[in-house]
Amino acid sequence: MTRNILAPLTLGLVLLFLIGPFIIIVAASFSAGETLAFPPQGFSFKWIAKVFTVESFRQSFGTSLFLAIGGTLAALILGIPAAYAMSRYRLPGAETVRFMVSLPIVVPGIVVGLALLRYFVIPAGVPILLALFLAHTALILPYAVRVVSASLANLRSDMEEAAVILGASRIGAFVRVVLPNIRGGILAAFILGFVTSFNQVPVSLFLSGPGVRTLPIDMLGYMEIVFDPSIAALSSLLAFLSIGIVLLAERFLGFSRYV
Amino acid sequence: MSFLRLDGLTLAYGKTPAVEGLNLDIHRGELIALLGPSGCGKTTTMRAIAGLMPVRAGQITLDGRDITRVAANRREVGLVFQSYALFPHLTVFENVAFGLRLKGMSGKALEDKVMAAIASVGLTPFAQRKTPDMSGGQQQRVALARSMVMEPKVLMLDEPLSNLDARLRLEMRTELQRVQKKTGLTMIFVTHDQIEALALADRIVVMRNGAIEQIGTPEDIYNRPESAFVADFVGFETIFALKDGAMVTKGEPVPVPDAPAGAAALAWRPRAVTFGEGRFEGTVLSSSFAGSAREYLLDTPLGPVKAEVDAALPAHDLGATVRFDLPVATAAALRRAE
Ligand SMILES: Nc1ncnc2c1ncn2[C@@H]1O[C@H](COP(=O)(O)OP(=O)(O)O)[C@@H](O)[C@H]1O
Ligand SMILES: [Mg+2]
Repeated sequence: MTRNILAPLTLGLVLLFLIGPFIIIVAASFSAGETLAFPPQGFSFKWIAKVFTVESFRQSFGTSLFLAIGGTLAALILGIPAAYAMSRYRLPGAETVRFMVSLPIVVPGIVVGLALLRYFVIPAGVPILLALFLAHTALILPYAVRVVSASLANLRSDMEEAAVILGASRIGAFVRVVLPNIRGGILAAFILGFVTSFNQVPVSLFLSGPGVRTLPIDMLGYMEIVFDPSIAALSSLLAFLSIGIVLLAERFLGFSRYV
Repeated sequence: MSFLRLDGLTLAYGKTPAVEGLNLDIHRGELIALLGPSGCGKTTTMRAIAGLMPVRAGQITLDGRDITRVAANRREVGLVFQSYALFPHLTVFENVAFGLRLKGMSGKALEDKVMAAIASVGLTPFAQRKTPDMSGGQQQRVALARSMVMEPKVLMLDEPLSNLDARLRLEMRTELQRVQKKTGLTMIFVTHDQIEALALADRIVVMRNGAIEQIGTPEDIYNRPESAFVADFVGFETIFALKDGAMVTKGEPVPVPDAPAGAAALAWRPRAVTFGEGRFEGTVLSSSFAGSAREYLLDTPLGPVKAEVDAALPAHDLGATVRFDLPVATAAALRRAE
């Protein structure tokens, strides 16, 4: 009898813990009041509207978008051939490469950010945007390699051999047979990389400088000065954007198969 | 003059040898079966002929051209994989058109040729289907059409019948034979089933441990096996080696004064064992009814002996003592006792 109550109760608490903060933020974004507070005072769209008028948000959104798209594309361009080579050939040191490629997942972002700043950006005089781009590419790379590897593992190599016997070159077989069959995995990797980059804070924190900030860093900075519900409004917008992308991906690709 | 020649072909996976010093001559238009137990190197040999496997030593000559180092996409050789290896993102039509498109063919000529190939394997109504939606037998036909449409000099099939159920297997067997007779294509197919090899092939190549054990017509292989290995493979179940004019048995050696010259062993099919009378005695270990015949496994001082008799004769109980004989006249004389 007690078990019958305990299970749904536990589930409810876990859900509350996971979704509660999100509900609070969303509720706060529709507040009519002047400060970030919960429960919200009144109801209005004014803070949602305000988000679009803040110049620094618009700029940092552009920066974040550029980093998320550019970084993910770069990571895929590096990651797809790497994953392919590791899955098809028994390369010497493949395990080492696999390990190194996974490091950014394990090493705390703070350490990566600080190390990049102290030993790369400052001594080499690398422009900040380029440093951010490289850092994001490196951060996304492990996800790209993993997700693409997973879909390559399901693809039998004899298909490529069949293509070669029918007259295709090795590269031709890759383009005509391998790529079309892993396009779901590639799109999944793209979405995962995009969201990872877009939400990235610790590394970007160290590498943001005058004039160049990612959106999350800009939001942190904004909150230190202004404490109005527009931050909640922006957070909600971003959350719904992410959810929308993932839902679309799930709908059309079965995204959850890949992650 | 041979059309496809393997000369001292030696293949290995890393340091593990897979095929050693294989010599084989195949004529134009021949249907060859590679027969042997799992792991003896049949697939590896085919992959080498197709160019998917580097050759360690030796030479492959096809139609007068040395193709040992020719890239796989320039060999004019077809291979139907055991798994079929169809392209799952393409329709039947596009699977079959794949190679022709790479050759630069297009338009009406391409369509006619592809549809003819699809028709030849009886799949016309399925041309626009995606291949994963098709049955195993249909997928196999697609794979066959995809290889044949390229008009390869040699078409190889890796265990073409092993993934099919009994009925389809028979149907596909007939189909392969029909296609081969109609096109005159030189074909090599792999099997580990002696019945298939005997029924289909012009010549059978029996392989063992990466080498050829015996090459011959189905009649040769079935009636005149050269070694105990081949004899065992084609159903000679009672085999005794000969030494100093006597059969080496579990017990006392049995002198065989009339053994054929040069024989290293004698082998009997269950049918060839005389049952119910003779020089030897054994007890019935097991008996199984097989329609028109009954098979007995006998425990004898010579070792186990398998005999087959007409099922119309009265049956013997387990444990019964029966007399039998191993007449030299009905034995196959083997040149190698292994
Ligand atoms: N990819 C591989 N890597 C290492 N050894 C292999 C590989 N494929 C086959 N072998 C070995 O090579 C030998 C021949 O295999 P194969 O040609 O596949 O045999 P068959 O097709 O006659 O069953 C076997 O001993 C097998 O274990
Ligand atoms: Mg095999």
